[in-house]
Amino acid sequence: MTTALVEPPGVPRPVRGLHIPPPPRDGGDDDEDRGPAPQRPILDNVRLAMIFLISGEIMFFGGLISAFLVLRVSAAAWPPPLQPRLPIAVTGLNTLVLLASSGTMLAAGRALRRGDRAALVRRLLATAALGAVFLLVQGYEWTRLVSFGLTLSSGVYGATFYTLIGAHAAHVVGALVWLAAVLALAARGRFVDGAAGPLRACAMYWHFVVALWPILYVAVYLA
Amino acid sequence: MSATSATAHAHVEHHELGFLRTYVFSTDHKMIGRQFLFLGLLMMILGGALALVVRWQLAWPETPVPGLGLILRETGGILEPSTYNMAFTMHATIMIFFVVMPILAGGFGNFLIPLMIGARDMAFPFLNMLSFWVAVVAGILMLAGFFVEGGHAAAGWTSYAPLAAVPEYTGVNWGQNLWCISLFILGVSSMMGSINYITTIINMRAPGMKLFRMPLVIWSLFITAVLLLLALPVLTSGVAMLLFDRWLGTSWFRPSGGGEPLLWQHLFWYFGHPEVYILILPAMGIGSEILPVFARKPIFGYHAMAFSMIAIAFLSWIVYGHHMFVSGMNPALGMAFTVTTMIIAVPSAIKTFNWLGTLWGGRIRLTVPMLNALAFVSMFVIGGLSGIFMASTPVDIYIQDTYYIVAHIHYVVFGGSIFGAFAGIYYWFPKMFGRMTSPVLGQLHFWPTFFFFNLTFFPMHILGVGGHMRRIYNPMQYEFLQPLQWWNVLITIGAIGLGIAQIPFVINFFWSLFAGRKAPVNPWNATTLEWTAPSPPPHLNWGPTLPTVYRGPYEYSAPESTDDFLPQTTPPVARAGARRH
Repeated sequence: MTTALVEPPGVPRPVRGLHIPPPPRDGGDDDEDRGPAPQRPILDNVRLAMIFLISGEIMFFGGLISAFLVLRVSAAAWPPPLQPRLPIAVTGLNTLVLLASSGTMLAAGRALRRGDRAALVRRLLATAALGAVFLLVQGYEWTRLVSFGLTLSSGVYGATFYTLIGAHAAHVVGALVWLAAVLALAARGRFVDGAAGPLRACAMYWHFVVALWPILYVAVYLA
Repeated sequence: MSATSATAHAHVEHHELGFLRTYVFSTDHKMIGRQFLFLGLLMMILGGALALVVRWQLAWPETPVPGLGLILRETGGILEPSTYNMAFTMHATIMIFFVVMPILAGGFGNFLIPLMIGARDMAFPFLNMLSFWVAVVAGILMLAGFFVEGGHAAAGWTSYAPLAAVPEYTGVNWGQNLWCISLFILGVSSMMGSINYITTIINMRAPGMKLFRMPLVIWSLFITAVLLLLALPVLTSGVAMLLFDRWLGTSWFRPSGGGEPLLWQHLFWYFGHPEVYILILPAMGIGSEILPVFARKPIFGYHAMAFSMIAIAFLSWIVYGHHMFVSGMNPALGMAFTVTTMIIAVPSAIKTFNWLGTLWGGRIRLTVPMLNALAFVSMFVIGGLSGIFMASTPVDIYIQDTYYIVAHIHYVVFGGSIFGAFAGIYYWFPKMFGRMTSPVLGQLHFWPTFFFFNLTFFPMHILGVGGHMRRIYNPMQYEFLQPLQWWNVLITIGAIGLGIAQIPFVINFFWSLFAGRKAPVNPWNATTLEWTAPSPPPHLNWGPTLPTVYRGPYEYSAPESTDDFLPQTTPPVARAGARRH
């Protein structure tokens, strides 16, 4: 199938490989619709990747929480008889501690934008401290619950409780290690001069871990 | 951030890296892609051997399997029921998680994405390296399961609870534990990989590479990465619960402690159905790349192809219940799952007809990659059509858990994914390794593979309709299956032939790797960006300037071209001239 070549007069035929003009400003569009060239991304790589990491994590916890809800709804009595009650009040206060750590993390972000290194380090330290307090209180409550007889193998109540809360605690530990590394870098003067990708990523992850907790608190402790 | 540092790198040029940094702990996407390819091909030997062991037992039950006497000394090479269960479980596990996923998503994903969108590397090269080595750790743990006491996992690749949740039921303890741990770790690796793919495709395209100028294989890998990102964590949470049930005495899936065995099936198939599309979508992309090149025609319905892949990916989330029609399900819900499953046939048919439309009237060149791509299309049609039978509840009740489903899955995953992988390997081998493969050996590989593939898997439909259950140890124990036994013998002969037919591929692969003809930059006269880089592309892929994209990826037989094709980097003839769309 050969089609006769119709060309507007006066337009030289392009010879491949000889002369390539510089890229046109609209991204080299030969259609009439001129979309912007994908040169200035809306979000930088680090933030984009964090959004996808967090969406994957949401699916992970989605699996755990929905499995928990299935068992919770199909159980005849919840909590099952002869099982210890969960410490609602202490954990409620602990929830506030964790939420406060998100606040200090936001404040650290403001310090970063001002270029205030001392305030940045101080606020990151406060965030890490609040996270550590949360973990310590959780750990203390766990040891008490175990001594009351609620264990991983004591039926579906203990199994779901320790798996869900433990999965979250593991994420807090991971976020805390990450934050410690970022904190060490910030103390040495990194980030304030502009390249704050690792810090921003860590902050996003921290906010995710904090935001996840109230959902678990309501689902596991209150509902 | 990484993008700018990669560009800055380009001007430094060639600082020599040591052997370890070049070949082992490389952060170059091309090397990581090759590593994934080798990982998958190596594991394919093991997965294939396990399949042959299973086939031998089904054709000549309880006779010594040749060569197996060296491993199974106590029985002299005769398969016991427990070993048989282990063999089919691990065949599927290895083929799905360590062959098809590493080759298609890992190998081609890593190698092609930066090259075809015009980037110098992935967005996060170090993370990319990590994702490969974490996958290797997962593979080693999976292989370790063969050497622990009690043998490897034996509850099917689906590991249904409570069979898999209680060690005493199968007698397998650490094998199943390692299965869970390995898949958990593989989930981490897949997450790192998919985040990298998505970020790279969204943010790092070359100037002018608009979303709808991306080659369809990049679209398919993009959608696969989204599915991987969102589906695999659900499996990860599931295997964590399963492991806790086995190990720590929790009772997620154990009725004795108040758990719910059916819950596992929901979690597993919520991952499992998107997984099927994770396995097939990259092959669809590869097919869409190769057919236009060797038909010398633009792909038929580019936008329809991209949107139908998006539709398939979306629908894959709401059909998983069709794996559980007989597990116990509200009939109304079963009806809903039947309908959603049938709807998937629509985008799949759009793709198939578009492939046919691409071929229609083309100047078809039957090269080895083209033959494999054509096999992919035709075998995928058979696999897709048999899927419709299973989607319909009234039919499924009779053919579920028979060899019909075994035939279906193999027509999709071998006929679709593996033929797609072969097509891709033959097509991109010149770019990957800088040398051409031998077309004679390629033909010698393709034709026997195609013949024995059909000899192996087509009769399984007949066996399935005849009521031959899947996963049974000895079909001769059932009186109604004895007249069908000759089919089993025929299938096994086909399977052995299929195994032997891979020998020319292995020879071709290694011979071409070292002694093949040096590949030119663009051996197939293709239009996409990877063919503008040298073969094989150097570190950072292009010289100081990145290619600029001016047009779509499939401009073959273009009237305004002096040859019959216009590479994506060819500037337009005249800005005010005639429009093409």
